[in-house]
Amino acid sequence: MSDYLQNFCPVHSKPQREDDLKKTFATLAILGMMPGLALAQAPNFDDPAEFGKQREQLAASFNGPADQRYLQYAGDAMVDTAQFKKEGPWTVCFSNAGVNNPWRVVGYTDMTEEVKLHPEIGTFTHVDAEGSDDKQIADIDDLLAGGNCDALIVSPYSTAALTPAVEKACAAGLPVIVFDRGVTTDCPVTFVHPVGGYGFGIQAADHIIANVPAGGKVLMLRILPGVDVLETRASGARNMFKDAGLTILGEEFTDGDNAKTKSIVEDYLQRGAIDAVWMDAGATAVAAVEAFEDSGFDVPVVPGEDQQDYLQKWRDLGFKGVAPTYPTYQWRTAIVAAVNTLKGEQVPGPEWVLPQPVITEDVLDQYINEKMPPLHYAMCGCEDMPGYPEAWGGSK
Amino acid sequence: MNPAFAEPTGYMNYLKRVGALAILSAGALYVIVSGGFDLSVGSLMTLTVIGSSMLASNDPNSTYWIIPLMLGIGAVVGLINELVVSNLKVPSLIATLGMMISLNGVAFMWSGGAPRGYLPDTFRFFGRYNIPDVPLIGILPVAVICLAAFGLVLWWGMHRTNYGRMLHAVGDNPQAARLAGVPVKSVRISAFVISSLTAVLAGVILGGRAGVSVDIGSGFELQAITAAVIGGAQLLGGRGSVPATIAGALALEAIFTLLNLLGLAQPIRLVVQGLILIGAVAFATYQRKRVGR
Repeated sequence: MSDYLQNFCPVHSKPQREDDLKKTFATLAILGMMPGLALAQAPNFDDPAEFGKQREQLAASFNGPADQRYLQYAGDAMVDTAQFKKEGPWTVCFSNAGVNNPWRVVGYTDMTEEVKLHPEIGTFTHVDAEGSDDKQIADIDDLLAGGNCDALIVSPYSTAALTPAVEKACAAGLPVIVFDRGVTTDCPVTFVHPVGGYGFGIQAADHIIANVPAGGKVLMLRILPGVDVLETRASGARNMFKDAGLTILGEEFTDGDNAKTKSIVEDYLQRGAIDAVWMDAGATAVAAVEAFEDSGFDVPVVPGEDQQDYLQKWRDLGFKGVAPTYPTYQWRTAIVAAVNTLKGEQVPGPEWVLPQPVITEDVLDQYINEKMPPLHYAMCGCEDMPGYPEAWGGSK
Repeated sequence: MNPAFAEPTGYMNYLKRVGALAILSAGALYVIVSGGFDLSVGSLMTLTVIGSSMLASNDPNSTYWIIPLMLGIGAVVGLINELVVSNLKVPSLIATLGMMISLNGVAFMWSGGAPRGYLPDTFRFFGRYNIPDVPLIGILPVAVICLAAFGLVLWWGMHRTNYGRMLHAVGDNPQAARLAGVPVKSVRISAFVISSLTAVLAGVILGGRAGVSVDIGSGFELQAITAAVIGGAQLLGGRGSVPATIAGALALEAIFTLLNLLGLAQPIRLVVQGLILIGAVAFATYQRKRVGR
């Protein structure tokens, strides 16, 4: 961000005339804001300690039932919730950052189906912040003012902005469960999340390094800059490529747009061979694969994510694919955490770290289901639920 | 200089990429020349792609009725746009802005936020397939054939028919046109309908090229207007050329490609697009003043 600003704001050295004074003030004001911007940027997206921790967690064994990943957890730390024990039926409130992309649509369906499995939940109140921090802060205020919630689940839109709102809910005495993106306070009962962004980057980068000859050329495609869960994916992978001696052809931003992704890959192909395409999210993986197909090249190593369209493309073309996941089953876990808290049972915490499996070629067929919609995320942990597959848009 | 730039395949790929925007801009030009704006075209593209994927349910034969159906929906959208503008006296900028928001809502409701089908290969043919082994040019993408065909039709309609002259007259001075016996209302209706129909065609081509995504057409309405303005069209009506607009679309896409190759991210792209729009209008105004027209 500050790089952009520097490009746009030439620094005026000395005001020659009085007319220039105004300009100087404006420049000074902008310059004055820059340290603030730099501070706002403070979260470190390249943290070797966190990287190492997540690498260990990827390989670690998880506690809990082996066939129900959404109930598993890393480590043994538990939180006592006796103080929140309450007789049902409860009202569980959920402040959602948004249901504005297919990943969140699948996750939200996991969640509503999980709610149906718990008769103790009398009312499930969902408020959709539609991708806006301001609306989500207001939503949480409204839920607190309404006074009906017995527990509050929050999937924050952005970490820093939502922290005070979550603290306020904690102060009101509500048990708060946070999942997906985090907040910078430890007042919630637990923070449910899979291993994390570094882990996602590691899984795809491992596969690329293993399948690309030394000095191979990697194109990195990213959705947009500045989002913590995406930045950590990229920084983890970038460091690994450098250490392995691979050449990074470039890092491009696709805005998650298929057409743009295809254009970028075509442009790079015109300038030379590509051995692998790394991406920070799999939504546009099929477009990248098609760029090779349509230009008449063999598809190289292209990792994606657990979306059905990618998994099927991978199987049909037989290229060297791999699907790291950011599992949607965490949306189920959030409900389980809220239910256990209101029952007064112990809950993994203060962080409930879920397994983050990677789909490799040998298990690929298990995750393909042609009856599911193309943008369904296979790692939903939802196959055992009564509403499956219709609730997710699939057919039997 | 990279030898790849001398290869015709690269140029064909570039034309293929720009096909959707070029057709869309040429259609949007009809509304601009008639003195209006059509901001609903991007969302109509999204609706076309999402609706087609929902209806197709992986059946390759469905393409033959889905595209006509989508064109029908497009015609209705264009008709409603014009009726709101002329009967309810809502400025076209606002009327089509409302339509844009509504259509995005419809597309979202229809898909529930995650599209539930693929586009069959027969549908994607128009935006994706290349005819291989063509002499001289290597490959000939179907999208380029579509661009040439629709470009020609739109050029003929605007510059070689009486209707085209009436369209210019309506945009230049509706009062004078009415007094001269031009059926102002039906000329305007057809302009909005043509714009919507080309949006559906552009949606078919873009969906063919890129596949299904939930916001595939967003931003295209402004790119279309920018392309028309680069091509010398006068906002508020009365002037505009189809070939120049298509050239404007080509130039715009070339600039975007360049910005991409330079490694500039989306925010800068938007800034540049805005500056080009302002610059093009300022330059056109200056030139017109200079030559006294």
